Amino acid sequence: MTRGTALVVGASHAGAQVVAGLRQQGWSGRVVLIGDEAVLPYHRPPLSKAYLSGKSAIGELAIRKPDFYAKQEIELRDARVESIERAERRLVMADGRSLSYDKLALCTGGQARRLPVPGADLPGVHYLRTFADVEQIRESAQPGKRAVIVGGGYIGLETAASLLALGLDVTVLEAAERVLMRVTAPEVSAFYERIHREAGVTIRTGALVEAMTGEDRVREVQLAGGERLRADLVVIGVGIEPNTELAAAAGLVVDDGVVIDDNARTSDTDIVAAGDCTSHWMTHYGRRIRLESVPSAGEQAKAAAATMCGKEKTIAALPWFWSDQYDLKLQIAGLSAGYDEILLSGDPTRDRDFTCFYLREQKLIAADCVNRPRDFMRSKQKITEGLEVDRAELVQIAAD
Amino acid sequence: MAAVTFVSHDGEKHEAPLEEGLTLMQVAVDNGVPGIDGDCGGEAACGTCHVVVDAQWADTVGGSGPVEEEMLSMNPERQPTSRLSCQMNVSDGWDGLTVHLPEFQM
Repeated sequence: MTRGTALVVGASHAGAQVVAGLRQQGWSGRVVLIGDEAVLPYHRPPLSKAYLSGKSAIGELAIRKPDFYAKQEIELRDARVESIERAERRLVMADGRSLSYDKLALCTGGQARRLPVPGADLPGVHYLRTFADVEQIRESAQPGKRAVIVGGGYIGLETAASLLALGLDVTVLEAAERVLMRVTAPEVSAFYERIHREAGVTIRTGALVEAMTGEDRVREVQLAGGERLRADLVVIGVGIEPNTELAAAAGLVVDDGVVIDDNARTSDTDIVAAGDCTSHWMTHYGRRIRLESVPSAGEQAKAAAATMCGKEKTIAALPWFWSDQYDLKLQIAGLSAGYDEILLSGDPTRDRDFTCFYLREQKLIAADCVNRPRDFMRSKQKITEGLEVDRAELVQIAAD
Repeated sequence: MAAVTFVSHDGEKHEAPLEEGLTLMQVAVDNGVPGIDGDCGGEAACGTCHVVVDAQWADTVGGSGPVEEEMLSMNPERQPTSRLSCQMNVSDGWDGLTVHLPEFQM
């Protein structure tokens, strides 16, 4: 089988890892990576961080340099896939041509969730997901301009820090009562609100956007209650939606994301999926989860490549995430949803380094570590062990 | 051309050309060396590009920086000459360098 044709849809982080994994696992047949962005697979996380603030160039974003694909005999195709014809095992492209496969990987990722308000399609209103998005934002982001960011999640906060560094006047609007509400404890939210305010960002919580207005381009953001904020530039960061249309239209099981098992297999044994488009049953958490995460995309992609080659590799690594804002490196181990207790090491109301440990039924399930790489690495181990923690030890570990 | 050899935990060798201006992690990733993931793209945030530098090269390539050291300090496969290869800026003088890969990246 490893002499047949392997097609990978989506030149994403997951897609780049699947094609590399196929060669590493011994796939000797044809490998084609199909993407609809005009550039080679690149690191997305720096888009809102170092790349937006001008600290790194596009060449540095490429996951692998061009001759990797040539040397590994991986064909790159710039095309849009229209449909999957599973019975014939082939893909039909937007231009009508088709490509047959023996094994197929779906790495279609996600797209920025649209904000359903009037005026959100005005020039000057941006989303931040792709390289092309950031090119546009960089053009508008001139020093002294007023930027309004809609959404106080990681993308919104990282964008705020980057635009502030470029010399813009920055306001973040968050609809919930605190930033990062979906993913962190109130103490961590309060920490990031403090850090951003100290840096000079205006953070407004409980702020509901009703409309964007302006004639030729956005001039104002209108809030519920009627207040208007001047804006030269708006960046909307209100989450992503998984790209599952292709899979759903082909009759694969989709529930929030493309449903995969521990080997990254979809409901069709010849099709695997990896990355932000998937929904995976995670035994460790006892539920199906759709992760928006580069490390998870890499982990799933390795399992997907092995499965395509007829080998066995399960998706096992603990989910983790990171976020860079100002001089702060946040590393998050595990998923905190469902915690019943937190323990703090350090003082987030005053310090610039601390760890928030999340416990459930005496066990460590997650940790937000700000400028605390040791806590992060140790938390990863402790969460994986799954044992009851000694509270004093946990905090002392952090302090030693 | 200057080259580096990556030796996997079971003894398999992968040679790759060294290119100044890149990190050792990027060299490994560009050449498809198994066992070096570089998930975070080189920010010393993930620890998935851990290598153990061959003892005779330790002084030439130098030791770990502060953040790198904290990441490594918790690693059970840590050796005295461990480095995160994303923090190692390739030098032409490294021709013949040998680094060993741990069994697990964490």
